[in-house]
Amino acid sequence: MKSVLMLLLLLCGAVLADEVLPFANDSERELYQQLTAELRCPQCQNQNIADSNAIVAVDMRQKTYQLIREGKDRQQILDYMINRYGDFVHYLPPVTRYTLWLWLLPLLMLLGLAAVGLYRRAHQPVATEHKANTELEAELNQLIERYRSKKS
Amino acid sequence: MRKTFFYIPLALFVVLTLFLLSGLFSDPRERQSASLDKALPDFALADLMQPEHIWTPAQLTGETFLLNVWGTWCPTCNAELAYLTELRSQGVKIVGLYYELPRDPAFDAPFDLTALQQDVAQKLAQQGNPYQFNMLDIDRSLSMDLGVSGAPETFIIDKNGIVRAHHIGDINPQVWRSKLAPLYQQWSTP
Repeated sequence: MKSVLMLLLLLCGAVLADEVLPFANDSERELYQQLTAELRCPQCQNQNIADSNAIVAVDMRQKTYQLIREGKDRQQILDYMINRYGDFVHYLPPVTRYTLWLWLLPLLMLLGLAAVGLYRRAHQPVATEHKANTELEAELNQLIERYRSKKS
Repeated sequence: MRKTFFYIPLALFVVLTLFLLSGLFSDPRERQSASLDKALPDFALADLMQPEHIWTPAQLTGETFLLNVWGTWCPTCNAELAYLTELRSQGVKIVGLYYELPRDPAFDAPFDLTALQQDVAQKLAQQGNPYQFNMLDIDRSLSMDLGVSGAPETFIIDKNGIVRAHHIGDINPQVWRSKLAPLYQQWSTP
């Protein structure tokens, strides 16, 4: 009984420790969670602003919250952040002539691999190897026959 | 034909190695700033030492200057104060943007301007004072509009109030000579 109570107490703490932000509705809350997971902290590389406690991440979370409460939509908030911190700040990079290669390169490599595979299949020297094998086999059979006849 | 098949993986390997090798010597924090070649964002910030004076972008035009984002809480900023003071003595105009830390109402004491002024005055007396004046960015709003990710950071603002350079990290003789001085020269010559 005691341990159950202790566990409940611990869980209470975990729930209270969460940031409690009042939202008008669930879609606003979802948007906030989605944006803070998608926006990248400019200070601590490779963390989103939901994960980071750098000053700038705290400020960006606050700004995101404020903009959502002002009724701004997803794209408006992303534009606000990208205007200040550059494309770097969003984990989904836009397609530009530099980032195009991120999508193009794997496709090209796949095509290259397929081309090599097709080429090798078309030019496999099957016939000659097969011929050599039959000749060898015939010779072997002859040898075996000879030994067999000697033994018996 | 067999020979080319042998060389393709070798070539790919060499390209990959060179790519990864160049990554070893690149600075992941180095990136194109979004505030470059744009006018200073609109702001109205109180002077740190004379809070009754409000600075606006219009008052900062006419001369190329460095906008240095700093705070007494930031060790790297304190380390660059001496060199910035040297630059000031060479005639470089430097304006401070004081980056105040956020406060958690549950844990931190309320903001105390007098204590901050004393702290700043003491620090500048110790390390040297490179600043013509300091603007207090108490809620870091101008810092966010400029895309500041932390302190210290420095901007070069030309005489028309356009942001011309954005440097993340401290300014030391090497950084000044190789990166910022040429830009400062370029934008300060009429």
